[in-house]
Amino acid sequence: MKSNFSTDEIMTIAASRELAGARSCFVGIGLPSIAANLARSLHASGLVLVYESGTIGAKPTRLPLSIGDGELARTADVVVSVPEIFNYWLQPGRIDVGMLSGAQVDRFANLNTTVIGSYERPEVRLPGAGGAPEIATACPRTIIVMRQSKRTFVENLDYLTTVGFGDGTGARARLGMPGAGPSVLISDLGIFRPDVETCEMNLTSIHPGVNVADVRDATGWALKVSGELVETAKPTDEELDCLRRLNNGSSAKATN
Amino acid sequence: MTEFLSLESAIAANVHDGDVVALEGFTHLIPFAAGHEIIRQRRRDLTLVRLTPDLICDQLIGAGCARKMVFSWGGNPGVGSLHRFRDAVEHDWPQAIELDEHTHAGLANRFVAGAAGLPFAVLRAYAGTDVALQSSTIASVTCPFTGEVLAAVAALRPDVTVIHAQQADREGNVRLWGITGVQKESVLAASRAVVTVEEIVDDFSDDRNAVVLPSWTVTAVAHVPGGCYPSYASGYSERDNDYYEAWDELSRDRTVFEDWLEHEVYDLGSV
Repeated sequence: MKSNFSTDEIMTIAASRELAGARSCFVGIGLPSIAANLARSLHASGLVLVYESGTIGAKPTRLPLSIGDGELARTADVVVSVPEIFNYWLQPGRIDVGMLSGAQVDRFANLNTTVIGSYERPEVRLPGAGGAPEIATACPRTIIVMRQSKRTFVENLDYLTTVGFGDGTGARARLGMPGAGPSVLISDLGIFRPDVETCEMNLTSIHPGVNVADVRDATGWALKVSGELVETAKPTDEELDCLRRLNNGSSAKATN
Repeated sequence: MTEFLSLESAIAANVHDGDVVALEGFTHLIPFAAGHEIIRQRRRDLTLVRLTPDLICDQLIGAGCARKMVFSWGGNPGVGSLHRFRDAVEHDWPQAIELDEHTHAGLANRFVAGAAGLPFAVLRAYAGTDVALQSSTIASVTCPFTGEVLAAVAALRPDVTVIHAQQADREGNVRLWGITGVQKESVLAASRAVVTVEEIVDDFSDDRNAVVLPSWTVTAVAHVPGGCYPSYASGYSERDNDYYEAWDELSRDRTVFEDWLEHEVYDLGSV
């Protein structure tokens, strides 16, 4: 079946839908920034976008290439320093939702953005932590968006940069993390939500045209599938038009 | 009191081999011209400190100036990897580099403690991560009032902090605005501060809430218009996103990078 949308498009659109009802979102660059800006254009026009450069209430008319683009500062309600954005705004839980991505994720939605291979002599040195660990600590909930394959959805992370649910139930409380953790993990194949008992990310929705077997093949752990598995709603014309307008007007490649 | 110097003299007087050098500016106001001057003066064994190493540290690392990097996010924003940084970490080229790696909040708070004259700063961070295990400047502390266990990060006091700002007045007071990152904290935490500026003005406007570094907190000011290119100075220039995208290709290959270094840095001489 030929669909009129790409796997990246349905991933981004599904992520933007998760922001309905949120007041504010702490946004990473790349896929999270596209999804958050899409949400603001579509169904969350009052959504306050917060970037770690200190721009609060940014209203970019084109997608920024970096988290410190002039466009974000020019359109913000207020611009604060980096210590202030983390200490006064993020840490107390003032920002409702954090949106993150990563190079590797495990079954408990922990993220690696630091190295592939060993820390001392990595095969690939990735950028590192940035703001993600504190976003994942402090935001009442987080949304993770990343493309899925056996290389990215792994049994064991090469490095634990950002805690999702740690080693499972109760870990966040033991670690003193006030936020509830990842409410959803969205890939280009489906949508995963934490099991109420175990906190393991279970497949709860599958994108149109994708089989459960495809998702299993692209998952490095023994995937559990929800008994109430549904199909992700197809992107509407409005969602697709809006996303394509954003991407076309962008100065950015959709990097992750 | 601030001395007004050429960039060459300001770097020669304030950045020495083996120094801990913070070069701050969060995407905005990155002191590239000063970084290139450090390369031209062939400084060695520096500990570079920057939340986001960005292209400026990629260039300094590739040029062999750095022994150690203290940082929290080492990518080319929106583009991908820093290839010179990666080559140093993955293959020791042009030399091995030691890392002290943090989160943005952790490193920002190390500057806050340095500026405040305290031995450490407290934040709710790092619990359960591998980041905490790798760094000797991250520990935990128990709150004496509530018993909550929190992260402690050691104060950071650079030998010198180098920043770029929009304006200085003729007394050497410095004003910057827009995205102001950790510039204030990194200057106040350092023993010396070098500031390059877009413009020297007779008098600031009435706005006293823009970040002002009084002249007595600044060691040297150098007038270097465009000194933050290819980053930008709000009110003066736009970020050259094409340069950041082109750097991805240019910096992948050692020979191409060395050719760039020869023609775009060494051959240009001091500003």
